[in-house]
Formats: sequence, C-alpha cells, structure tokens
Amino acid sequence: MMLELGPHGGFILAAYLASGLILCGLAALILLDRRAQRRALALLEQQGIGRRSERKTS
Amino acid sequence: MASLIELANPARFMRLSNVLLPWVAGIAVLLLLVGFYLAWFVAPADYQQGETIRIMYLHVPAAWLAMMFYSMMACSALGVLIWRHPLADVAQQAAAPIGAAFALICLLTGSFWGKPMWGTYWVWDARLTSMLVLFLLYLGVIALRRAIDEPSRAGRAVAILTLVGSVNIPIIKFSVDWWSTLHQPASVLRLSGPTIHTSMLWPLLILAVGFTLAALWLHAVAMQAELLRRRVRTLKILEAERLDRLSLQAAE
Repeated sequence: MMLELGPHGGFILAAYLASGLILCGLAALILLDRRAQRRALALLEQQGIGRRSERKTS
Repeated sequence: MASLIELANPARFMRLSNVLLPWVAGIAVLLLLVGFYLAWFVAPADYQQGETIRIMYLHVPAAWLAMMFYSMMACSALGVLIWRHPLADVAQQAAAPIGAAFALICLLTGSFWGKPMWGTYWVWDARLTSMLVLFLLYLGVIALRRAIDEPSRAGRAVAILTLVGSVNIPIIKFSVDWWSTLHQPASVLRLSGPTIHTSMLWPLLILAVGFTLAALWLHAVAMQAELLRRRVRTLKILEAERLDRLSLQAAE
C-alpha cells in the first residue's frame, strides 16, 4: 500500500515530486501570463486605446 | 471546411473557452483525484517491478500527451501553412511549452523508473533517444519562435519545422517494434488489446483522461493569453500609427 514503497521509494517519490513541480510551474507561468495580458489590455482600454481608436485609424 | 475555419474565430474562441474552461478544470481535477486514489490505494504492486509500477501512472500519460501535443501542433502547422489561419498559429504556439513539459516529465519519470529496474538512468536505445529528440524538437520550436520578431513569419517558420519534426512521432511509437530496445513494447495501445491487468489499466486510463483534460485546459488558457498578447500588440501599433499621423498633421 501507499506508505510502504519498498526499497525504491526514493525513486517513486522523486518521479512524483519532479512531475508535480514541472506541472505546477507550467500552470503558474501560463496563468500569470494570462493575468499580465489581461491587465495590459485593461490598461490600454483605460487610456482610451481600444476598438474605437482602432476603427478611427483603419 | 470553410465553415469549420469560420468557427475557429478568435473572438468566438474566447467566448466559448470562457464558458467551457471551468467545467474542463472541474472534470480534470475529479478524474485526477479518482485516478490517483485508485493508482495508490487500490491497484496492486507489480509482481516483478514491485511498487515502482506507481511511476507508470505518470510516465505513460506524460508520454502519450507529449506525442499528442506534437500531433496537434502538426495539424495546426497545416492550418498555418495552407489556410494561414491566425488561431492555428496561436494554437501551435500555445501547445509547444505544454508538450515540452510532458516530454520532460516522461524522460524524468522514465529515468527514475529505469534506475531501479534496468540499473541505469539512461540508455541510448531507440525509444528513449526518439523521446529525447521530441523534447529537443519542442525546445527548437520554442527557440525558433522567439528568434523571429515578425509573428506571421515566425508562425510559418515554426510550422515548417513542426511538420518536418512530425516524422519522429511514428518513430517513437514503433521504435520498440522496429529495433531491439531495453524499453518494453506497447502494453495498452495494441491491435490485439491491452496486456496490462484491469486493476492497473483502469487507474491508468482514468489518469490519462484526467491529464489530457488538464493539458487541454492549460492549452486553452495559454491560447487566451496569446490572443490577448496579440491584441495588445495590435492596439499599441495602431495607437503609435495614430499618434504619428497626428504629429504629421500638426507639423503641416
């Protein structure tokens, strides 16, 4: 069962730890990136740079 | 095909993904919880490999997803080169880091499994080497994208590299059949059916679906981020052009 990992427990835990770190790191990077882009867009729209200015210039 | 391309419209994608993402995340978390419970508390240890079989529940879905994401990128590459569809380019760009992460997980968990079972972390056999090539291809795709400033040129260059690299996917899949390797042959995706016992197969399949949904969720979020980045870039360019025009008018 779970807590009796036998003589190779270190390898099993290392595999899970490495995978957890990679996936959590990836998810954090992607979510932070989306938040940063949302903020950048909101900032531009606050400054009046949005669809309206786009339409005017096109 | 034309209506399919019309459906794949960035604004429609943003609306649809905002509705679907919470559901996909919820189902993925549920499947991962159930899958890991079964994998750790219900599935038995292997009669030969003992408890190290628990590594399989990470290693196999990671390998499948690393190949699936590259195949998705190859389909998107066709969308970029044939239809020049902007969403295909965004999908391709967003998929690369996710596929690279799963390829890395596959390589690392394989090493941690290989050391106690084979006596070595690494061996240059066909399966391991072709998976390493896949990881390097992902890194190459990411690096090439960053090396070219102009997005549409970068998209086309990346699409060509992706399609060239896609020849590696069948090599990975059939490497264990074509060459004599230390890696075991396929035990789930076989024409004659899985050879793995159901007590281990079910947790593996549940986790594979859970990881797939989690990866697709991440992909959709990354696509949203990329679409927003392109929108910000376009607005900044348009604003700069407008200011240029105003200053020219003022000078006249």
